[in-house]
Amino acid sequence: MQKNIYEISKEGRRGYYFDTYDLEDYSKSFEIPKKYKREQAPRLPELSENYVVRHFTNLSNRNYGVDTGMYPLGSCTMKYNPKINEVVAAMPNFSHTHPSWREKHVQGNMRIIYELQGMLSELTGMPGVSLQPAAGSHGELTGLMIMKQYLIDQGDVHKKNIIIPDSAHGTNPASVTMAGFVALEVKSNAEGTIDMDALEQLIDENTAGLMLTNPNTLGLFEKDILEITKRIHDVGGLVYCDGANMNANMGITRPLEMGFDIVHLNLHKTLSTPHGGGGPGSGPVGVVSSLQEYLPGPIVIASDEDFYSFKMPTKSIGHVKNYFGNFGVYLRAYVYFLTMGGEGLKLASQLAVLNANYMKACLKDAYKVPYKSICKHEFVLAGLKEPGDVSTLDVAKRLIDYKVHPPTIYFPLIVEQCLMIEPTESESLETLDDYINILLKIAKEAKEQPELLHNAPTTASVRRLDEVSVARNPVLSYRFNGEEQ
Amino acid sequence: MKIVKGLYYSKDHEWIKIEGNRGYIGITDYAQEAMGDIVFVELPDVDESFAAEDNFAVVESVKAAADIYLPIGATIVEVNNKLEDEPELLNKAPFDAYIAIIEDFETDELETLMDADAYEAYCNSLE
Repeated sequence: MQKNIYEISKEGRRGYYFDTYDLEDYSKSFEIPKKYKREQAPRLPELSENYVVRHFTNLSNRNYGVDTGMYPLGSCTMKYNPKINEVVAAMPNFSHTHPSWREKHVQGNMRIIYELQGMLSELTGMPGVSLQPAAGSHGELTGLMIMKQYLIDQGDVHKKNIIIPDSAHGTNPASVTMAGFVALEVKSNAEGTIDMDALEQLIDENTAGLMLTNPNTLGLFEKDILEITKRIHDVGGLVYCDGANMNANMGITRPLEMGFDIVHLNLHKTLSTPHGGGGPGSGPVGVVSSLQEYLPGPIVIASDEDFYSFKMPTKSIGHVKNYFGNFGVYLRAYVYFLTMGGEGLKLASQLAVLNANYMKACLKDAYKVPYKSICKHEFVLAGLKEPGDVSTLDVAKRLIDYKVHPPTIYFPLIVEQCLMIEPTESESLETLDDYINILLKIAKEAKEQPELLHNAPTTASVRRLDEVSVARNPVLSYRFNGEEQ
Repeated sequence: MKIVKGLYYSKDHEWIKIEGNRGYIGITDYAQEAMGDIVFVELPDVDESFAAEDNFAVVESVKAAADIYLPIGATIVEVNNKLEDEPELLNKAPFDAYIAIIEDFETDELETLMDADAYEAYCNSLE
């Protein structure tokens, strides 16, 4: 294991040594009040420059990302982030602007925000879009706050229940609770979609709404979506679309036409901006016309003379992010839209779906396929067909030995030993085949040499991590010479 | 799977042991097995009252977080503080590591719960 930077620190070591100057010593010209002074020097690591460079370069070489290989994390859409996005986002014309500048001095930036609002509006069908939220979960909370304010204005204060399928992203019930609603879980049926009878049981006059991902986290399209959204609307509720899985739908179907009232999109998933450690994220929210005035602001509007200005919607729930959200991320998504074009986005979704179905078909003899129907952009497997004493965790750890990133595991919770694979459109047939062959080889190893899986990973810089101790007794900072903190 | 005779069991895999006017409540062996390694337990407040089916505690494992329900209406009179530092007790000895002690419940309500035999049959039906 690589030593951390404190372990390679040596007292007195420096990158640069400065001569004493013949300048006046400012520290003697005034006294810093004692309460602002440190009593002990901060314990910073002391290294020469080349060791700092080596330390961080070596660390970065251990990183795994979409720039190093396939990264098929289900429900995360780890697609490739084209470099032209980065080039544009780094242009000083953008990066040197400040959000406090006057509107007339940043018309170019505002035009990009305005046009991106329009692009997302077209992609989702939703007439109103606010780019403010900084993440998918942030978009969820924003959407639910809009829902709440709308229901209060309608006099429906008693409506407090939000229905969520048991296959939902964990953020859904968390957002519901944070927004002051109550989450009710609806079961999935044997086909992996919402059980309509179970749904019917939960719907009543207290139903504030329903949250749904379509396709859902099993990668299956909710075929009853029109009936579902109609039933919620019948009792005066609103329907929220968790847009995390929008990569299956671009140019093919839209949340508005499915009957949704609110949707968030993850620019860092569907629209190819960096995801994970490469963030920050962005989770714009789109709404139907009756909710437009509730959007968080400011949003950008355009006059007839093509002058762009910021506007707070009249019943806005307020700011949900300082200034205008993560503008650097908007630039990347904007460039992605322009370089792909409408047909390109549609093709991306079609290829994402094709890739997922191809992988699923190739793996069906070695892994359990709990839902047989055609999947969308991702699919789930219920572990090995002949697991013996090998778990999905073992399979995932063994994948690391083959230098590829494992898929999402043990989610959704309703599938035992779940592997959730989302290849995205970015991968070539050869890369998909390589990944498939690795998974097939691991299935064979599980039968013949299960210890290879139990002991995995053996080639990574660390072996199997003790997840239980990590969760029970986390050590969150460096312990100098073993001292307790 | 271990099942202890003489306890009351719920469909959500909680057990209740009655001693006089007090009840001990915890999660079953089946529940801890399904949850996996438990890493955190959120205990209720003492003197807090709950209706039947109310969520009164949360158990978190490396896999997931699960709400724990009180199968009958009751008031919490004591909680098992040991679980704050040693949540793994729920894995090691689920029938000894109670989560809370309850009072003020209707004995009639207990009759809606399962006995050991019925619970065993119920668990088998879930396989």
